[in-house]
Amino acid sequence: MTDLLSGFPSLQAFLFLAAMLFCIGVWGLINSRNAVRVLMSIELMLNAVNINLMSFSSYVDGDLIRGQVFTVFVITVAAAEAAVGLAILLSLYRNRVTVDMEQFNLLRW
Amino acid sequence: MTIATTTELICFLVLSAVVVFGALGVVLLSNIVYSAFLLGGVFTAVAGLYLLLNASFVAAAQILVYVGAINVLILFAIMLVNKREDLKAIANLGVRRAVSGGVCLGLFALLVRVVVTTPWNLPGPPAVGEEATARIGEHLFTDYLLPFELASVLLLMAMIGAIVLARRDVLAKDVVTGETADQALIEKARTPLLLERRSS
Repeated sequence: MTDLLSGFPSLQAFLFLAAMLFCIGVWGLINSRNAVRVLMSIELMLNAVNINLMSFSSYVDGDLIRGQVFTVFVITVAAAEAAVGLAILLSLYRNRVTVDMEQFNLLRW
Repeated sequence: MTIATTTELICFLVLSAVVVFGALGVVLLSNIVYSAFLLGGVFTAVAGLYLLLNASFVAAAQILVYVGAINVLILFAIMLVNKREDLKAIANLGVRRAVSGGVCLGLFALLVRVVVTTPWNLPGPPAVGEEATARIGEHLFTDYLLPFELASVLLLMAMIGAIVLARRDVLAKDVVTGETADQALIEKARTPLLLERRSS
């Protein structure tokens, strides 16, 4: 415990926070009925991954900071994903007039 | 403990509390508009964490892209599909939530175990600190040049794809033959296609 508290906030503290955020995102992804909330949960999970990458880049890879470059790429892909996801959601809403995830069973066997 | 460390510690604790409770609010609140605004708060707090890690460029990018673009996009989507609907009740909803909560807690325990037991190579090389922005620029134009260019192509594709998916086509005439299009078909295309299936 003293090892954890010396030089706090340590790498482990950031990793705990990211793990918590990721698990909350997974729970929301599974349990949301509203399709917009599912997209929000995906953004939460991406942010958790970004926190991981940033803390690794700061604590373990301090001189090359490759994690920060990866975070920039993840942010780019997240922006593209949000745009396409919301467009899909809009056209889905046009055809089904609902945002309930339980009603989107068109591709189910 | 010096004053700087204490300040850092307090900042970290406050920001992580905002992140965790904001994320719980995003997932649990029933009003989706509150969730969207809380999501903006979570993104801002994560940007603050990046500032704690001496990464001012990524913090600025986080604010610009997540709070400025993605959150606004989500708010727009909420406004466009804003309809109060009474969701159909599902059998065993409580059981489903409890089971998925258990799975998520298990995942969390697994991650915590990995974090605790892994022998991290600490302390690493000295951090570059304020030079981080210049280093990111060097990376982007030397060893990460190909992913950088691919990212621009990806953004272009995503933009065109989003426009194509979200627009509503009304063609005056047939693209192939040049004849005027059947207006009745266009009118039919405006009505939701899959409603009859849902009612069955």
